[in-house]
Amino acid sequence: MINLEIPKKLKPIIAQANMVGANVFRPISRKYDTAEHAYPKELDMLAALMDGINDSGKGSGASAGGLAQADASKEEGVRNGANMATVLGMVELCWGDCGLALTIPRQGLGNAAIAAVATPEQKKRFGKVWAAMAITEPGAGSDSAAIRTTATLDGDEWVINGEKIFVTAGERANAVVVWASLDLSAGRATIKSFVVPKGTPGMQVVRLDKKLGIRASDTATLSFNDCRIPKDNILGSAEFDTKKSFAGVMKTFDNTRPVVAAMAIGVARASLELATKILAKANVHPDYAKSATEMSAIEDELYRLEAELEAARLLTLKAAWMADNRIPNSMEASMAKAKAGRVANEITLRCVELCGPIGYGETELLEKWARDSKILDIFEGTQQIQMLIVARRLLGKTSADLR
Amino acid sequence: MSKSEPPPLAKAAGKPLQWLTKLSDSSVAQKVVYRGAKAGMRAAGAAASAVFTATQKLSKPARLDRPDTPSRFDLNMTDEQRMMRDMLARFGNDEMRPAAEAADEACAPPAALLQQSHELGISLLAIPEALGGAAEQRSMVSNALVAEELARGDMGLALAMLSPHAVATALVDWGAAEQQAKYLPAFAGDDFVPAAIALVEPMPVFDPARPQTGAVATGDGGWKLHGSKTMVPLGETAELFVVAATILGVGPRLFLVERGAPGLEVTPAPTMGLRAAGLCRLDFDGVRIDRSAMLGEPGREGFDFDAFIDRARIAWCDMAVGGAQAVLDYVKTYVNDRKAFGEPVSNRQSVAFMVADIAIELEGMRLMTYRAASRAEQGKSVRRESYLAKAQCATKGMKIGTDGVQLLGGHGFIKDHPVERWYRHLRGVGIYEGALLV
Repeated sequence: MINLEIPKKLKPIIAQANMVGANVFRPISRKYDTAEHAYPKELDMLAALMDGINDSGKGSGASAGGLAQADASKEEGVRNGANMATVLGMVELCWGDCGLALTIPRQGLGNAAIAAVATPEQKKRFGKVWAAMAITEPGAGSDSAAIRTTATLDGDEWVINGEKIFVTAGERANAVVVWASLDLSAGRATIKSFVVPKGTPGMQVVRLDKKLGIRASDTATLSFNDCRIPKDNILGSAEFDTKKSFAGVMKTFDNTRPVVAAMAIGVARASLELATKILAKANVHPDYAKSATEMSAIEDELYRLEAELEAARLLTLKAAWMADNRIPNSMEASMAKAKAGRVANEITLRCVELCGPIGYGETELLEKWARDSKILDIFEGTQQIQMLIVARRLLGKTSADLR
Repeated sequence: MSKSEPPPLAKAAGKPLQWLTKLSDSSVAQKVVYRGAKAGMRAAGAAASAVFTATQKLSKPARLDRPDTPSRFDLNMTDEQRMMRDMLARFGNDEMRPAAEAADEACAPPAALLQQSHELGISLLAIPEALGGAAEQRSMVSNALVAEELARGDMGLALAMLSPHAVATALVDWGAAEQQAKYLPAFAGDDFVPAAIALVEPMPVFDPARPQTGAVATGDGGWKLHGSKTMVPLGETAELFVVAATILGVGPRLFLVERGAPGLEVTPAPTMGLRAAGLCRLDFDGVRIDRSAMLGEPGREGFDFDAFIDRARIAWCDMAVGGAQAVLDYVKTYVNDRKAFGEPVSNRQSVAFMVADIAIELEGMRLMTYRAASRAEQGKSVRRESYLAKAQCATKGMKIGTDGVQLLGGHGFIKDHPVERWYRHLRGVGIYEGALLV
């Protein structure tokens, strides 16, 4: 029965995440935006709290890691499960601060990958680590099949060689999930992921990037020079099927794209709420009952942005709902990411403009959110990649037809 | 439908109504099937004549309850809704599409097609059993899905087909017992009864919350209407109008005005699109109506003029969603078939991304619309949701309309393809208020 309201049972999770956003993140938002690369120690307490929630079995915290951690719901019929809970929680955390949300200890993207594909033995070993995800290379961004990092089996160890860039939490995490090829000549099906613990000889943090936004979250360049890890640190099997494997690796993105869309929605909502509050002092009072002649241009613009945000939000909930109900959602996940990414960037930038010098200045967070939002239309698949995915699905095109 | 299938009326008594017979409640199903069969037995082409006479007495107005909605995010239609959609999809493809261009040209819907749409049972689902209908609950979502699917067939024809449904819905939800007893049995009858809600007025910036048409009290408790309405569907044939007019010092109300009321002048007033709905201008020059003609006493029976506007907005969103879906379906096939430079034009990102954008924006429009309809069904406020959905559907719907023509290039500009008509239709969404209701 069609109903697009948030179910009652998920409201406590939303309230909890909102509290974290308001009381833990917001007070230190500006501090760690300014002190880029300083470790937000305030989050250690939060991480402990989230571990507790996850261990209690009530799972489905507001983290990408919570996605696969939450056990399959036993609910009959239509499910509002871990995917929806994660998305809704992430909206609230990123309404607080999306840079800080990205650097909550032990809630990294690598954790999601481990939770999704690790064996029980690996889960035991890696369950409590904070795992970053290393995919992008200097010569391979959106084209992740073109990575050059290699993993070669030598006795009981994998030997990893290559360079990874844009690794979120690459310095802070205790481990990195690295994408590497078993055989560069055999194409993308040979790409596998490996868990490399921090401190493994041969792995080095080469530099930390200085960024436009999400400065509370560290972004590292890592180098791997004959970096040796145990043979059973490979995630999934060492066999490869040239037809299937890569699609398998890429599939993890179907679940994480709605989460990034949720981040965008959180930041955009924060901007719109604050801008509306600031503009009220300038006698701008949006009211849906106003007639077209009574409405100011600014009020009309606020509605337009609000409508765009609502469209993005519902697309995101739809993608999460499909995932919860095991309906293939690759196209819908990309639709949500494409729409939310561009809309959040537009909203945050427009809110700065609408508030003028107050929006552009550093006394308010609007200018920060307008910087933060840009990455959300880039990572986990750029706007353009999402459009390719949607267009190919929609028009029945192969990647050879539509490049 | 292929030529070998039975004529429309026989069909109405048979197959297309199967979706209703599958409903769990057999009394509803039996009622509709009985009516369908009865319609099938009669000779086709009997002239529609709306004789509004109270054949029964109601001690109190017959209202419809809301369905129970579980607290769960869900995008699944009910089985009933799915069957209804399938039936309407066939009707849209087989009956509406072939008739749409000629109806647009003629600025009038074919009477036989309206009759056919009536025989599908659409109005029956708006009217309670006590008054000859088949409805047990008021489902705004079902109404929304019906409007969307008909609009996918053709927005102009859909407007004509749904116009009496909107009038019946207003009578069911806000009418007094005597008004219901007088008018509703005709809408639940065998024939399509043309009727329309008149809200929009001929002025540059029309505010639906403040109609300029005035209702002035006469000494004997009746009213006199002054003013003008436009974009009124089925104006020339309508037996009954529901007219929005403002009582000075009180506010806007709805009034029932029967066809041929002295002082009422009806003039065809074609627009850029939606022409198949037979849009007219109404001029009220002191039209005298009884005190009993006001629909929905203020503060009684939950009547609320704002809610009336909101529910109309949701219906217009459904129209936009259906119209935009037609565009998407059409251009998907076209850009894959059309070749340029030795390959399908859809192999180009500039073309493929435009189609992807249509799909993304359309889905956003649809979800916002469903949310608003579902909230209305649950009795929640839809002030915000209907406003935002309408704003989004007007803007994005028009963008989809113009992109649809663009994707066909010069071919999109000529009437060999329906996209130019859909372009004209979709411009109407931002302008229209009222006329339809979920």
